[in-house]
Amino acid sequence: MTDTTNKWIGQRTIRPDGAEKVTGSAGFAADTTMPGMIWGSVLRSPHAHARIKSIDTSKAEAHPGVKAVVTAADIVDFPVDTPYPLGIQDMRWMCRNVMAREKALFHGHPVATVAALSEAIAAEACKLIEVDYEVLPHVIEIDDAIADDAPILHDFIEFEGKPSNIAGTIEHTKGDIEAGFAEADLIIERDFTTRPVHQGYIEPHACLVSVAADGKATIWSSSQGQFMVRAMTGLLTGIPQSNIRAIPAEIGGGFGGKTIVYLEPLATILSKKSGRPVKMVMSREEVMRASGPTSGSKSTVKIGVKKDGTITAADGTFWLQAGGLPGAPVRGAVGCALAPYDIPNGHTLGYDVVCNRSKVAAYRAPGAPLGAFGVECVLDEIAEQLGMDPLDLRLKNAAKEGTKAVHGPTYPLMGYVESLEAAKVHEHYNAPLGPNQGRGVASGFWFNAGGESSAQVNVTEDGNVVVTTGHPDIGGSRAGIANICAEILGIDYKRVSVLIGDTATIGFSNLTGGSRVLFASSIVVTESTNKIIRTLCDLAAKIWDIDPDAVTWENGEARPAGANAGQFPPLTLKELAARANESGGPIGESTQINTTGAEGGFGTHICDVEIDPDLGTARVVRYTVLQDVGRAVHPSYVEGQMQGGAAQAIGWALNEEYIYTEDGRVDNPGFLDYRMPIASDLPMLDTHIIEVPNPKHPQGVRGVGEVPLVPGLSAVRNAIYDAIGIRFNDLPISPPKVAEALDMPKAAE
Amino acid sequence: MAKQHITTTINGEPTDFLCEPNDTMLDVLRNELNLTGSKEGCGSGDCGACSITLNGRLVCSCLMLGVEAAGAEIETIEGMADGENLHPLQQKFLEMAALQCGICTPGMLIAAKSLLEENPDPTETEVRYWLAGNLCRCTGYDKIIRAVMDTAAEMRGAA
Repeated sequence: MTDTTNKWIGQRTIRPDGAEKVTGSAGFAADTTMPGMIWGSVLRSPHAHARIKSIDTSKAEAHPGVKAVVTAADIVDFPVDTPYPLGIQDMRWMCRNVMAREKALFHGHPVATVAALSEAIAAEACKLIEVDYEVLPHVIEIDDAIADDAPILHDFIEFEGKPSNIAGTIEHTKGDIEAGFAEADLIIERDFTTRPVHQGYIEPHACLVSVAADGKATIWSSSQGQFMVRAMTGLLTGIPQSNIRAIPAEIGGGFGGKTIVYLEPLATILSKKSGRPVKMVMSREEVMRASGPTSGSKSTVKIGVKKDGTITAADGTFWLQAGGLPGAPVRGAVGCALAPYDIPNGHTLGYDVVCNRSKVAAYRAPGAPLGAFGVECVLDEIAEQLGMDPLDLRLKNAAKEGTKAVHGPTYPLMGYVESLEAAKVHEHYNAPLGPNQGRGVASGFWFNAGGESSAQVNVTEDGNVVVTTGHPDIGGSRAGIANICAEILGIDYKRVSVLIGDTATIGFSNLTGGSRVLFASSIVVTESTNKIIRTLCDLAAKIWDIDPDAVTWENGEARPAGANAGQFPPLTLKELAARANESGGPIGESTQINTTGAEGGFGTHICDVEIDPDLGTARVVRYTVLQDVGRAVHPSYVEGQMQGGAAQAIGWALNEEYIYTEDGRVDNPGFLDYRMPIASDLPMLDTHIIEVPNPKHPQGVRGVGEVPLVPGLSAVRNAIYDAIGIRFNDLPISPPKVAEALDMPKAAE
Repeated sequence: MAKQHITTTINGEPTDFLCEPNDTMLDVLRNELNLTGSKEGCGSGDCGACSITLNGRLVCSCLMLGVEAAGAEIETIEGMADGENLHPLQQKFLEMAALQCGICTPGMLIAAKSLLEENPDPTETEVRYWLAGNLCRCTGYDKIIRAVMDTAAEMRGAA
């Protein structure tokens, strides 16, 4: 651990980008304009599944005001038989997702795009494009997609030697599950389903792209990774990365959904063809039809326990919808489902199932809530049957330092047990419940991530500090970075400016995902800042003409290390910055590292619900999130992550779902009918931060952002059981379902 | 269609603009007047990110036509602070971290300001129902509600 006085780490400082965000001046992607700018619009498939026989764009091209038309023929093809991984994505699927190639795979799949003098002209011209479709039978639900007679989306996908919609599997095994179940006194096996839900960021995807006459492209866009935008756009357009400058706009929410490109390659090719800057902004309807969501799932979970609650074996099978192209978050489901527990014999198996929905994108701990849902529900039932407190059952089996997880790793020091113990004694857990109320608990795990990160820390000539990093700030990470840099330097945090660099001004940094940002950027910022302190001490040594080792840095000043070093008044950062040219010149340090040591995160949730016996509505009336965060560098934004994750879980559990029509269209592509939690739906969301510092991180940081979505679905569901004695195994537990289960036919209508 | 010439007052400043009869006020603010603090999250009046006041009344600018601004007094997020002096709500949102990504923040602030003008002493439930038309996906609303209530208390104390 860095030796710090903790003047700023742990403080609720004002975020560096705060004033811009509350005055409306922060520049989000759709806020950017350029002289000569024109507008792009996307033509989307009206069919859920159709072969594209031909596309005639001639009428659109001849339409007054149209400047360019682009189809799949203009986009670099990645043949389906040659895998081309990029991070966790595969360019074979990316190139087919940004623009339908052989087939339209879902209603809303882009088929062509037009740039014109106005949005209205571009939209009009899209209607003039003639696409000859051969409409094919479509398949939306998992059971239909894996049926023997299912329409097959891709003839290049085979499973067990036959054409199939099962694009892949992931499996983890530990011990001998049959032997484990044979030892059990009680075995419970249940089936579960969850529905696809959207990330629900309020800012639709947007970009502005200008390709200059020399072929150099500048991209302003809203994404979780400017380097991801550069790489994918480069690959899909054939422009070398050195000729693409991707500038990260402020991002209006992502939750994983902005970890891939949709519009940027299209706008780049439109700009290249037209010679004009091109702006593209999705409508909410386009966002809902053609971006995200996360997978719907079905699962079977079987857990065996001894009479004392010791788990002897656990088995989970998970089927996840990928959408039209492979890539459901199977790893998250099979890896995280059993991760909170020390299980001697465990097995998880997950299937990646394609169907005629929009291709899924990452959503906060992708796949993990789907894995945890069934496991945490079965544990609730086991606890009841054994007459055990559900937290005691989890404590009995809790993973701890040294536990070998079913998904492979052996855990280091971590604070899962602490989250359970804190829950047990929490005032919430011991508070009385009112009429029609029930209480549920659940736990969850997420892997967390490190990866590539870069920082440039510069001391200005007047002795202040500018920090540039490369991960888009999606929820206050700049505030945490300012706290850390100020802490190490021993200066007021307001003297530290924190910026997110573009792809031309900061070194490669992996995208904002995996809960990596504060973990990874604080490693590189710490290293750069420590290098700067060494430089400042060297400068002071030169000024004082003493040995550099005889200088220390304390409270923002260089001082002689002790009486033997000599008697000199301290030199402040300001004084040293002014004299930088006396030794080596400008003071600035860059660090570029592939960071490691991002250990997993655990949390436990307590939820109280109240059922309205007349309406069938389940209302969350109290909620507490307890989580080991390693070190809360900025507690407000740590709490914010815990609260935001819980709110999304509540929406997922109670209301959110995609509704499809018979002909395979999303029937609720807007915020009115796709019902995310609003302010009047929720209570205050209490948080309990647990700090078991990550021993592999200079400040002890663990990822925070994704864990809090994982336990919530089951915590809500278990609370509903406690309230009305009905175990709902299918999400969402919406009012009609509750009403029906309570035999309230009138309310159900 | 011929563009309409509209004369109005925005954030206390006399303003005129040309717009198509079917342009929304949000289009006018963002594309004609470069007042991009009002955001488009849905275009259907469901998210509140485009909230402004029209003659003192809280409206979604995506549901209002630009031509309706004629002769009216419009206030947007750009007019909420007085130079470097933030409105107490803006200051409290920063102090209490009542925003994460910040895309809903302008609409949330305009709506909250409108609430406090009408009801300087709202209960938590009243704040939650008043802001029910402003979606936030990041915060779970907790810190937003607390910031509005704290601001209300502070403003009552100062008055």
